[in-house]
Amino acid sequence: MTSYRTPMSRARGLGAAKHGVTHWIAERVSAVALVPLVLWAVYSAVNLARADYAGAVAWLQETPVNPVLLTLMIAIGFWHMHAGVRVIIEDYLHKPLTKVSVLLLNLFVCTLAGALAIFSILKVALGGA
Amino acid sequence: MTDAPSRLRARPLSPHLQVWRWHITMWTSILHRVTGSALYGGALILAIWAICLAAGPEAYATFKACLGSPLGKLVLFGLTLAVFYHLANGVRHLVWDAGKGLDVKTADATAVAAFAFAIVSTLVTWAIALVTGAL
Repeated sequence: MTSYRTPMSRARGLGAAKHGVTHWIAERVSAVALVPLVLWAVYSAVNLARADYAGAVAWLQETPVNPVLLTLMIAIGFWHMHAGVRVIIEDYLHKPLTKVSVLLLNLFVCTLAGALAIFSILKVALGGA
Repeated sequence: MTDAPSRLRARPLSPHLQVWRWHITMWTSILHRVTGSALYGGALILAIWAICLAAGPEAYATFKACLGSPLGKLVLFGLTLAVFYHLANGVRHLVWDAGKGLDVKTADATAVAAFAFAIVSTLVTWAIALVTGAL
């Protein structure tokens, strides 16, 4: 049986780096945060479907609660989405180049779309619309 | 023992969907990934909503016309189902992570509950949208 531990690691005798579980826990923490945020978002979506452009702008400007909760939901949601799809990619794609390319694509799409959405919301909320 | 490698190669590999009996907990597991992937598209639609709102009244009117079309409503209805299912089954996973509800009987019962929650919540949400004139 091949040992995957480095000689330095064996000499130190400290065991695992204790970072392996971080992603797993972070995905669960984001899931807990998303439960109330998503329920609020569904409620808000039904209200916004009734409103026109001016109504949607007013929704973001009348109180800090709406833009802040929406920004949080998008940031945490895109993070959770990236983590979930990352696991799916790691499960089903095995060719190193394909896997790394799709993992990077997943990261870049989530980061770009999330950043564009948050910037747009803040622009409207701070009176740029 | 020389034929051992060939016998090993002939063994069925997991997941072997053709021979396994389909069970409700299999459906919940597969649908969790399917709905999660669908919500990826939903999140991108949300991002496009924000971008169109920041772009001005014309872009926002175009966006609302797209989502308000029959195809747009169908997509939104599917996303509502996906949101509520992924939410309910996600809570089910969190309970499992706490080490509870892992026996077969409870897992089957919570699977039915997750499906029921998704369907009922979706219908209630769309009924409220219909009654309040959001459609």
